[in-house]
Amino acid sequence: MLSPAILIPAIINGLLTGAVYALVSLGLTLIYGVLHIINFAHGAMLSAALFAAFFAFRLLGLDPYVAVFLLAPVFFGLGYALQRFVIGPASHGDDRNMLLVTLGIAVIIENALLYAFRADTRTIEVPYAYQTIDFGFTFLAVPRLVGFVSVFGVALALWLLMSFTDIGRAIRAVAKEKLGAELAGIDVAHIYAMTFGLGTACVAIAACLLIPTYYVNPTVGNAFVLVAFTIVVLGGMGSVPGALIGGLLIGVVESLSGLFLGESLGQIGIFLIFIAVLLVRPTGLFGARA
Amino acid sequence: MRALAPIAAVVMALAAVPLLVNSNVVLNFLVVTLMIALAGQGWNILGGYGGQYSFGHAAFFGTGAYVNAILQVRYGVNAWPGFAAGIAVGAALGGIIGVLTFRSGLRGSYFALVTLAFAEVLRIVASVAPITGAGVGTLMKLDLRAQAMQFQSRAAFYWLILALVAASLVIARLIERSRFGVWLIAVRENEDAAKALGVNAAHVKLGAMVVSAAITAAAGCFYVQYFLFIDSGIAYGTRISIEALLTPIIGGAGTVFGPLVGALVVQALGEGAKLVAGDAPGLSLIVYGCILVLVIAFAPHGLIGLIDGARRRLSRVAKLGAAHG
Repeated sequence: MLSPAILIPAIINGLLTGAVYALVSLGLTLIYGVLHIINFAHGAMLSAALFAAFFAFRLLGLDPYVAVFLLAPVFFGLGYALQRFVIGPASHGDDRNMLLVTLGIAVIIENALLYAFRADTRTIEVPYAYQTIDFGFTFLAVPRLVGFVSVFGVALALWLLMSFTDIGRAIRAVAKEKLGAELAGIDVAHIYAMTFGLGTACVAIAACLLIPTYYVNPTVGNAFVLVAFTIVVLGGMGSVPGALIGGLLIGVVESLSGLFLGESLGQIGIFLIFIAVLLVRPTGLFGARA
Repeated sequence: MRALAPIAAVVMALAAVPLLVNSNVVLNFLVVTLMIALAGQGWNILGGYGGQYSFGHAAFFGTGAYVNAILQVRYGVNAWPGFAAGIAVGAALGGIIGVLTFRSGLRGSYFALVTLAFAEVLRIVASVAPITGAGVGTLMKLDLRAQAMQFQSRAAFYWLILALVAASLVIARLIERSRFGVWLIAVRENEDAAKALGVNAAHVKLGAMVVSAAITAAAGCFYVQYFLFIDSGIAYGTRISIEALLTPIIGGAGTVFGPLVGALVVQALGEGAKLVAGDAPGLSLIVYGCILVLVIAFAPHGLIGLIDGARRRLSRVAKLGAAHG
């Protein structure tokens, strides 16, 4: 009943969507791996980044693929400042407080966007939005292919950064043993903020890759971040390869369950996976321990 | 009995308000405030005393509201048993989520995430399922009789919600003074140490979760009696989850009167923001978010913690003065 002619494009499209999910999840898992908290403001950050990309195009005429080189550093700085000057000092080193502060920031950002721009959905029109490449068995949209390739570029860059630079080594040291790292002379507050900045920069890149084919409104980030939570839990909290593979997997699951069950129930499929993973194997596929 | 005296005093003082104030606006404000205080007291039992921070207490609020409304509208059940059923199903849902999460040892970030996900799943289901009225929501019949738990006067609604809040205050106080309450606080302070001393942490948390869910569900049941309407966004949206955790944290998490104090402050600031900047979408939630961050930064034990701290400092100063004088 379902021919490969429908199934294969659905899977490939799932992979393309999954790559962007993976990038959002990468930011989340990076922050979790080092700070050991879930950043509940991640989705609101994504909404804010999508708005930034939208206005960079509308007001400055910057193509999203150019704007990314501006927005990624800006959001890195934003994330850095937020952790260094708001989340860190406000939570007094208590994990539960940190969770609440990120939740508070999420509520503020999301509703400030709602207050400023109302609930309207906005889109941009780029000339290449509908360009496709014919692969013989299926057509693929150019912006989504660009997104797919870029995500792996970002992941590679992040891996190089973590493996071969001093800052990467410091981040890994803090993630493993905070007190020991501090005794070795690493400025933990600075490393926390760097990690938060990197996670937020991932979100800004994801926003620039999404905006050519996607829309923006004040709550758009929530849909992504709940998916990203699922991916991070599935892949194992704090695991970078887990986030990448989990992202692709969830992209395919969503695409296929959308095909079989319809759009709105497709999301429920993701949540059911989420709850099932949490209950059966909370450490995820690649996680060391909960 | 002495332990309950402060509660009796506060409740009696609040009960006198409709005798002195005749304004529907004021009474309406107080009814909503008490409803939020009730939802917050539910969160407080689990989050304040037990240290398990739920980000999705809307799951219980919404379930109470929907069960009460659906039983009345679709099955012709009377409002009073409908209300009780709403609380019971809310408690049962708390039990199910509790068993699933505490059994696999989920804590901290994970627990917050799971509760958030459950509320979100329920929201999506409620927005498509026919029994909840899907996207349209469920509208209750207007039937202003005490048998239908609907009242002509705001004052009667006010006394009803006050009675529920009073019951929740008594429950919180009794838990606080019981062995169960001590276990619960031990789990909050250090779960591993509590376990080492023989406390069955999973059971204690589960018990707290059921009580917590029941109280928050009661607030949901009251919501539909008062507003006669519910939809998926109101029932399971983030707003009620935020309000439920914000009120005890502002007032003082893990204190009997914390949610009540917090609800008054939160609602007053929310209304104040509306007066200053007009009723724009998102405005009151911006205020809530700012209060949440500020309270955690500057008053981690809430307003009651601030007052206690000030009182302790004052008495120390007084003692010093007496010693030197």
